[in-house]
Amino acid sequence: MSPGSPALHGPAAGPDAKATAVGTAQVEIREVSKSFGGVQAVSGVSFDVAKGEIVSVIGPNGAGKTTLLNCISGVFHPERGRIVLEGEDVTHLRPPQIAARGVARTFQNIALFRGMTVIDNLMLGRHLHMRNGVLRSMLYWGAGQREEVAHRKVVEDIVDFLEIEAIRKRPVGSLPYGLQKRVELGRALALHPKVLLLDEPMGGMNIEEKEDMARFILDVSDEWGTTIILIEHDMGVVMDISRRVVVLDLGQKIAEGTPTEVKANPLVVKAYLGTKAT
Amino acid sequence: MINRECGVYQTTYEGDMALYPAPLARHASLGAVVVLVLLPLILDSHAMALVNLITLAAIGAIGLNILVGYTGQVSLGQGAFMMVGSYTAALVTLRLDMPFWVGLPAGGAVAALVGTFFGIPSLRIKGLYLAIATLAAQFIIEWTINHSTWISGGVQSTIYVPTPSFFGLEINSEHRRYYMVLPVAFIAYVAALNLVRSRVGRAFIAVRDRDVAAEIIGVDIFRYKLLAFAVSSFYAGVAGALWTYYLKIANYEHFTLTTSVSYLAMIIIGGLGSVLGSVFGAIFITLLPIALVYVVEGGAALLGFKYAAIADLLANLRLIVFGGLIILFLAIEPEGLYRMWGNVRRYFRLWPYSY
Repeated sequence: MSPGSPALHGPAAGPDAKATAVGTAQVEIREVSKSFGGVQAVSGVSFDVAKGEIVSVIGPNGAGKTTLLNCISGVFHPERGRIVLEGEDVTHLRPPQIAARGVARTFQNIALFRGMTVIDNLMLGRHLHMRNGVLRSMLYWGAGQREEVAHRKVVEDIVDFLEIEAIRKRPVGSLPYGLQKRVELGRALALHPKVLLLDEPMGGMNIEEKEDMARFILDVSDEWGTTIILIEHDMGVVMDISRRVVVLDLGQKIAEGTPTEVKANPLVVKAYLGTKAT
Repeated sequence: MINRECGVYQTTYEGDMALYPAPLARHASLGAVVVLVLLPLILDSHAMALVNLITLAAIGAIGLNILVGYTGQVSLGQGAFMMVGSYTAALVTLRLDMPFWVGLPAGGAVAALVGTFFGIPSLRIKGLYLAIATLAAQFIIEWTINHSTWISGGVQSTIYVPTPSFFGLEINSEHRRYYMVLPVAFIAYVAALNLVRSRVGRAFIAVRDRDVAAEIIGVDIFRYKLLAFAVSSFYAGVAGALWTYYLKIANYEHFTLTTSVSYLAMIIIGGLGSVLGSVFGAIFITLLPIALVYVVEGGAALLGFKYAAIADLLANLRLIVFGGLIILFLAIEPEGLYRMWGNVRRYFRLWPYSY
């Protein structure tokens, strides 16, 4: 089936119909299933994310949230279902190809390049936007140097934005956890992504760091109109910053809607708290 | 080099991103270059021979460090890739009657092709498994060159080349050979430094540090692994070609598995992921056995032994001490000589007010 066939663009069913109608769907997740051995990590999950939206994916541990993100960014390929990015089917593309289409992400367990400085990590975010090959890199003169400097300027804007000026020359391995998370966000932002996938951006942070991170995420959304899909466990944060929430449990989508709707949904309460003993 | 950045304020990104941003470091590097260029004025031909050996080894070590230290792909085939460069240079000179400065890039290019081919397993395997795969490359290349008369000439696989000359000037002494080797080493050194601080080098390091994250950020790790093999083998090929012109002979026995292992030792002792460390390692591994000869023989003479009587013992003792010293070094400073150099630098960075 060609990507962007009309059947895929019908109004999304369910409580989110109103919300999705605002923008055009930028990411469409259609009946995505992925299993590992006998374990069905994700089964038949569908939802749309509109341009510029902040959508949170929540659910108990092992609900398949990270697997879903891995499917979107091309680390895994789903067995069934499709992932459509701006009308193009990207289900079977490799991660660099998906990155080239403007999808960036951060990891639950920080995956920075530990031996490099903050600046160099961020410069890697510019990799796809740069053209220097081996010879130009070795020469580091003229056009090659100009490109490096031009992209350093872009990176410095992000350093300013994330308020990490003081640590820009530090090797990331030596930074405290919260700052590493921030640098990882910076590396993803350096790609100038259209879609940003954040896997527990606030995991393990204290309240202050969480507030900073929430502010950055909202600013990214406001200033650049980046579409953001985020996984988070802190319900306070999820309810505050996301426009819509998708709830997964045991690999299946059990609810979707505005934070208020989801909070009131009995299925969600059951997934999180279990049923009352009779 | 030496960082004394106190009072140095960078006002442009060009300045901040320079190879040596601090003025003192710039001057020190310039001084080092001047000393290297003038070295033949103060050293005799025996000492120059040692310097030449170090310089040759440094080129190969830098190349291997790009692959192993920066990209994280273990290779035991460096000797074989040097062999390819060595024979290519010999054949280019002998059959096509080309000067050495054509033979060098030719050796590098052919070695790069061969190296890329033998780098293909790295797309599927890493670590020890890759080491074994490259070990196979070592044996396959050695066997092929040895057994095809078209390449190796047939007679003990040895090809003699005429004394290289540079626009009529015969390169026939250690001092002159130094000026053949030094510029190549200089270019190799600066090119490697530039490579690892820019786009391609960053991608190499990303592949080494976190390959999944590298892919997610858009680095095609297949491409960059092969590229690392190509660049590294190019260095090896150039080093091998230089060996040919330096010794005026191409022979596979100079590039056996032992060679591969000692190059690996150079970069581990010098410091993985450091260009300068590769040079330190080359100095260490080249000079240590020679220094040991003096020490051991001198010690034996001091104790009143006749050299002839204990020559066998001394030869073995040298190897034992050599191995022991390497172990000792790694135990004391696993991150190599470059780290030691870094510690010294850090101490003097704020010296004498180190608080």
